[in-house]
Amino acid sequence: MSSVTDPAPPAASGGRPLAERTSATPAQLHEWLRQMLLIREFEVRTMQAYQDKKIGGFCHIYIGQEAVAVGCTAAVQHADPVVTAYRDHGHALARGMDPKYCMAEMFGRIGGCAKGKGGSMHMFDKPNNLFGGHGIVGAQTPLGAGLAFAKKYQDEVIEGGVNKHVTLCFLGDGALNQGGFYEAMNLASLFDIPVIFVVENNGYSMGTSIERGTSMSHRIIAKGEGCGIKGYEIEGMDVITVYEEMKKVADTARAESRPAMVDLRTYRFKGHSMSDPRKYRTRDEEEHWETGDPITRLRDAMIGGGLIDTDGFKALNKAQKVAVREAITWAENSPEPDLSELYTDVYVEKFGPYTGTSMPQIVTDAEESR
Amino acid sequence: MSERIIEFRDALREAMSQEMHRDPRVFLLGEEVAQYDGAYKVSRGMLEEFGPRRIIDTPISESGFAGMAIGAAMLGLRPIVEFMSWSFSLVAADPILNNAPKMLYMSGGQFGCPIVIRGNDGAGGQLGSTHSWCVEGMFSNVPGLKMAIPAFPDDAKGMLATAIRDDDPVFFLESERLLAMKGHVPEGDHYVPFGKAVVRRPGTDVTLVSFGRPVHFCLDAAEELAKEGISCEVIDGRTIRPLDIDTIVESVRKTNGCVVVDQSWSFGSPGSEVAAQVHAHCFDDLDNHVMRVHSADVPTPYAANLEQEYLPNARRIAEAVRSSLYVA
Repeated sequence: MSSVTDPAPPAASGGRPLAERTSATPAQLHEWLRQMLLIREFEVRTMQAYQDKKIGGFCHIYIGQEAVAVGCTAAVQHADPVVTAYRDHGHALARGMDPKYCMAEMFGRIGGCAKGKGGSMHMFDKPNNLFGGHGIVGAQTPLGAGLAFAKKYQDEVIEGGVNKHVTLCFLGDGALNQGGFYEAMNLASLFDIPVIFVVENNGYSMGTSIERGTSMSHRIIAKGEGCGIKGYEIEGMDVITVYEEMKKVADTARAESRPAMVDLRTYRFKGHSMSDPRKYRTRDEEEHWETGDPITRLRDAMIGGGLIDTDGFKALNKAQKVAVREAITWAENSPEPDLSELYTDVYVEKFGPYTGTSMPQIVTDAEESR
Repeated sequence: MSERIIEFRDALREAMSQEMHRDPRVFLLGEEVAQYDGAYKVSRGMLEEFGPRRIIDTPISESGFAGMAIGAAMLGLRPIVEFMSWSFSLVAADPILNNAPKMLYMSGGQFGCPIVIRGNDGAGGQLGSTHSWCVEGMFSNVPGLKMAIPAFPDDAKGMLATAIRDDDPVFFLESERLLAMKGHVPEGDHYVPFGKAVVRRPGTDVTLVSFGRPVHFCLDAAEELAKEGISCEVIDGRTIRPLDIDTIVESVRKTNGCVVVDQSWSFGSPGSEVAAQVHAHCFDDLDNHVMRVHSADVPTPYAANLEQEYLPNARRIAEAVRSSLYVA
């Protein structure tokens, strides 16, 4: 049972040989390590850019939770929709967004994934089937049910076949207390909607620990069970465990066309947002979780399995640092949106002061590379 | 004009049915829309026609099913959400205001939201304050949505069909008081474009501008005022967003007078917006300031006489017209 007061042993599943622990290929493991290193470096540089006032507004850092976004997205297919909350940089990168679009979005530049109109909390990536980045706690949960409903409707009602898709709908443990989430779970169960509500249970909704804000905090999957939704508790600091367990959950949800709820136990190493001094938790607690750093765990497992050596790891890490530095340079060189952009993308149709839409670079680049 | 006469509610159903036959991406969901045939029988027979995969009964869960429909629209489906009453939309405020009208903008043009949200709007049925909402004032404030509010059965069909085909989110406001109204409605395809107001009664002395059910109050007032020798031009705005200010301005430049009749509350309303725009466009044409007739600035009462007095009724409109023309 992992909670903020009783964390999981950092290397709980690390003792067995790698080949016994995972069906993943060496290439997959390398890719997960690369993605987690990319997210980590991206977030470190994001914090710096925020402190340098290159990024405005609210900004939520994903450091510590990398195994969740990487392991979960690896467990589904690219065509499966993904939607998440406002701590969304990690999901965007794990889904395949080029870090330059993600960084430029936060810099408020035209090259951003949403042309600088969304910001840190609202990452959208149509080519990679990422449907946001949603800023209101829990708001994405009915949307997630709707995305899964639409995929099933397309597969079954329009195409006349059977459901082929599953949707990942991420939420934090704080969203467990929003009414819309219960409505979404009830509808998903009633209508056999293949959506997985992935609770990234990092133990805190902003500064309120899960014990202080959520009933049944020791067993949150009971909330899904109340709607007839199968629940799974998964240790979220180890990407191999996340992938192996989520693969089963996703395959079942897809095959049975049923919703699922997952309690993924994780920890955010940084504050809720950039303005959080973290006075509500102890340094001891933070250090305990930091010893279970998901990157260190995968690195050590891969070194132990002979899949990478120290030099190889350093080279991979350096490559991500270069990629993020390039993303920052690209974002800095991307122009601010023309003031005429204020009036585009309000309506698809042009009328009044509204001048219709144009696709962001993220979409046009994807179409060109096709 | 079509020879056929049907009810407003059946005109709405024809539009939905026609568009569902045309486009498999269109589906209807809401409380009691399927097995019950709709709380107000608007969707009567549609379950038999299209089956339970496309005519979907939902639990009483507005935030959930509106949000679900918005998610489906992001992926390219074209949901029609029925709220039994727009009064119930308030518990779905976050998805319908924070998601649907903003998705296109926040995603930089990547994800639109081609959804129609429709249901009964407005007082008049002695339902008391919680069930008598006119959402025009509150929701027309929000950029990114369109707002349509038909007053006649042929427009009910033509405007709903247009709404379903529209690529943007459309808030479609029906009046329970008008559902049994009969009128000529064209068979087959019938589309009324958005942003095109229509003159329902030509006149020369003053322009009456209204939307939805109060258009009928205006026509009643115009009939009364004609007996006094006052000639009113009555404009049915049809859509509040987009607003056809050109047709209104053209009329006011002819009549030199304007009374706006709006069933929402006066403070920050379509009525105040039209008045402001008319003042800006017709400052030198007006013989008096634009007058406004709204629902009274109080919670909607239950008692029949109080509710009638609360509404922007024909008597109050006539008083405003006389005042506008310095008569009385």
